[in-house]
Amino acid sequence: MIEFAQQLVNGLSLGAIYALIALGYTMVYGIIKLINFAHGDVMMVGAYVGFFSITLLGTNILAAMLVAMLFCAILGVIIEKVAYRPLRNSTRIAALITAIGVSLFLEYITIFILGPAQKVFPSSAFPITEYHIAGISILNKNIFVFISAVVLMLILQYIIKWTKTGKAMRAVSLDMEAAVLMGISVDKTISITFAIGSALAAAAGVMVGVYYNTINPLMGIIPGLKAFVAAVLGGIGIIPGAMVGGFVMGLLETMVSGYGNSMYRDAVAFGVLILILLIKPTGLFGKNTGEKV
Amino acid sequence: MHEKKKTWLTFIFEVIVLAVLFTIVQYAMTVGLINQSYQINITSMCINIILAVSLNLINGFTGQLSLGHAGFMAVGAYASVIMTNNLGMPFIVGILVGCLAAGIAGFLIGVPTLRLKGDYLAIATLGFGEIIRVVLQNIDYVGGPAGMVGITRLTSWPWLYAATIVTILVIVNLINSSYGRAIISVREDEIASELMGINTTSYKVLAFVVGAMFAGLAGVLYAHFFYIIKPETFGFLKSFDIVVMVVLGGLGSTTGAVIAAIFITFLTFALQKYAAVRMIIYSLILIIVMIYRPQGLMGSKELTRKTFARIWSGKK
Amino acid sequence: MSLLEITNLHKSFGGLSAVLKFNFRLDAQELVGLIGPNGAGKTTVFNLITGVYKPNGGSIVFNNEDIAGMAPYNICKKGVARTFQNIRLFKDLSVIDNVKIAFHKNVNYNLLSTILRTPAFFRGEKIIEEKALEYLKIFKLEDKRDEIASNLPYGEQRRLEIARALATKPTMLILDEPAAGMNPQETRELMQLIEWIRKDFQLSILLIEHDMSLVMGVCERIYVLDYGQIIAHGLPEEIRNNKKVIEAYLGEEVG
Ligand SMILES: Nc1ncnc2c1ncn2[C@@H]1O[C@H](COP(=O)(O)OP(=O)(O)OP(=O)(O)O)[C@@H](O)[C@H]1O
Ligand SMILES: [Mg+2]
Repeated sequence: MIEFAQQLVNGLSLGAIYALIALGYTMVYGIIKLINFAHGDVMMVGAYVGFFSITLLGTNILAAMLVAMLFCAILGVIIEKVAYRPLRNSTRIAALITAIGVSLFLEYITIFILGPAQKVFPSSAFPITEYHIAGISILNKNIFVFISAVVLMLILQYIIKWTKTGKAMRAVSLDMEAAVLMGISVDKTISITFAIGSALAAAAGVMVGVYYNTINPLMGIIPGLKAFVAAVLGGIGIIPGAMVGGFVMGLLETMVSGYGNSMYRDAVAFGVLILILLIKPTGLFGKNTGEKV
Repeated sequence: MHEKKKTWLTFIFEVIVLAVLFTIVQYAMTVGLINQSYQINITSMCINIILAVSLNLINGFTGQLSLGHAGFMAVGAYASVIMTNNLGMPFIVGILVGCLAAGIAGFLIGVPTLRLKGDYLAIATLGFGEIIRVVLQNIDYVGGPAGMVGITRLTSWPWLYAATIVTILVIVNLINSSYGRAIISVREDEIASELMGINTTSYKVLAFVVGAMFAGLAGVLYAHFFYIIKPETFGFLKSFDIVVMVVLGGLGSTTGAVIAAIFITFLTFALQKYAAVRMIIYSLILIIVMIYRPQGLMGSKELTRKTFARIWSGKK
Repeated sequence: MSLLEITNLHKSFGGLSAVLKFNFRLDAQELVGLIGPNGAGKTTVFNLITGVYKPNGGSIVFNNEDIAGMAPYNICKKGVARTFQNIRLFKDLSVIDNVKIAFHKNVNYNLLSTILRTPAFFRGEKIIEEKALEYLKIFKLEDKRDEIASNLPYGEQRRLEIARALATKPTMLILDEPAAGMNPQETRELMQLIEWIRKDFQLSILLIEHDMSLVMGVCERIYVLDYGQIIAHGLPEEIRNNKKVIEAYLGEEVG
């Protein structure tokens, strides 16, 4: 029982990270029906920006997170403008292949500039302490990750539900043409979506740095794919779905490595993905819509 | 009658050209004109052609985006090495078993996933490709993460040449037939195709299985040339590599796939020492091609006998 | 005895019943029209008959066999062919290849002959080619055989789509607004062609068309659909003077 509770605690903070990344996938998919393959790599860039903010600028972890979020928000907007916008009216396959291209580009430009070796996230920025509650060990970094992720998600919910920007985002994802007729600027709304999604990914990147201690240029691939699975699990395009999906994936993963074979950790994510796609491709919270002939 | 004679003459001429090409390379290899690193280059070229042409059948002609081609390559490679190295069977058995195993894997994966469309299918195939890799990593009999080592080099120029030509021939013949038209109609309009009496699911599976078998063949040749195979060699980065070739060549053009495979092989060779630069160039190719020439180098056009005939008569 | 007998057909999308309590009959070699205001559910009925959508209830008996819910390719093999309201040709393929695909379900050489290019392959291809040309000739498209389908002018695309449907050798042909987008001259020619096809191929034809005078002129019987339900059916004369029908169409113009 204690063992189970321990896994639960570990899984919650990992799940919070996946949820943050999954949100970006889902928001972008919801609005332009693109699987933004490069999203995991934006997260990686965020981790590096956070790292340099701490080591070069000497900021604390929270400031590092903010710097990373700002940087990646801009990066996300640029990626959309340069690579995805010209393809908005072409096939989805073309857009998907472009996204793969952007993903590879971010990974290898980072390797080119900084080298392939991993970097150790400075522990001075976040001294680890361990608490014991009812026989469960809880690290302060787990608490930090969990709380900051939840705060960010609450802010996101506020933006989407209550602000004009959020309403525009919902309108565009519901019906782009109608939104144009209502005087909403689609381009601007899409840019904002990318900015927010990328900022959340950057925050997740800094959290991954804290959580795993090391960062490397290819670190975005696997968490990115898992977060994507989380988004599909919750029903891609559905924001609460991504949050739930993220936590489910995080818990599932820690349970599998805790009780089973940790080598199968990554396979489990894909197994879940394939099961979901085969049983209910629209995800847990999705509605079925067929093609109109 | 006259037409028929002409067709025969063209055919014989083509066979001679192919035989001469084969002999020149074979001769150059035996007398040592082609050094070790060029041999590697030629081998990679043939393997890449097989991979690109077979993936093009799935992605280009059938219109089903698969991102897991390297997985089938792995199945072929591992199955054949078990035959040749572990069980001491001749190479031809390894080749047949490798193709068969990859084909079966293609069938098992294709039947459930090909119900999905577009990007969902892409992700599902990527997932299956990764599952194949992880499973291989966890089987001790095939060496786990370290893979299989000490494989005898059995892949020689005659095998490579024959395999490449068979692959191209089978796929070109398949596409230029009633079955090929059925396959292409799935890409063009799935619903209209169904209403023409075509069981679209079974043609998708057919294309997927044939494509997987040839990916398996590429895996067999790879394993028996490079002495060693590891699960991580066949990850999704390798699958993306093949996608780059197909996209660059033009989805739905076998000629394009061949040209792109050759080009990418040489690019890889030239940039061997600068792996990161190579990947940056790849990624830029993908993005730029998609934005400015989404139909790729060749579009869906082919170089055929007719094209050559036109060029020939144009010159005269 | 009727060729097609539909009873109590029902289809809903989410909360909306697009087709409800739909009853319909079509005899061998009859030419029947299905009309109704926009969004009445006409195309949905066609999609249900051809298996593109699965019905929520009811039966579709064709040639004494219930085909409701069957896969589209099987329904095609039973002898049902159709065209689409928004033309669905194989756009990037040549005109003749569009028609050739219709013959695939009866292809008489196997995969092995295909790959080995045996004489059976060449014989089979020759037959397919000849047959496809026959159909192109009927629709005066033989000169365009090697053009890419999407480069044809609109009227010819419509004709090609009918040629392709006929090439599957149906006993029932269903046409979804075949004259949409055509000028009066083209429309008249098309209608003559349709009547001729019916006689020459001994077909039953079911037709959706918005052009009233045209439907009245060519169809033997007419069904009128409104909000997913049949509100009238009978001879063209009866439909022309039916109050419910006039209201349904007026309602459309006012609203
Ligand atoms: N795949 C679908 N999903 C949801 N609703 C659908 C679908 N197909 C049709 N509908 C709805 O069913 C109703 C009937 O549509 P249908 O296309 O059958 O009309 P129609 O009579 O052919 O109209 P028109 O004359 O405009 O072609 C419409 O309200 C339409 O929006
Ligand atoms: Mg309609």
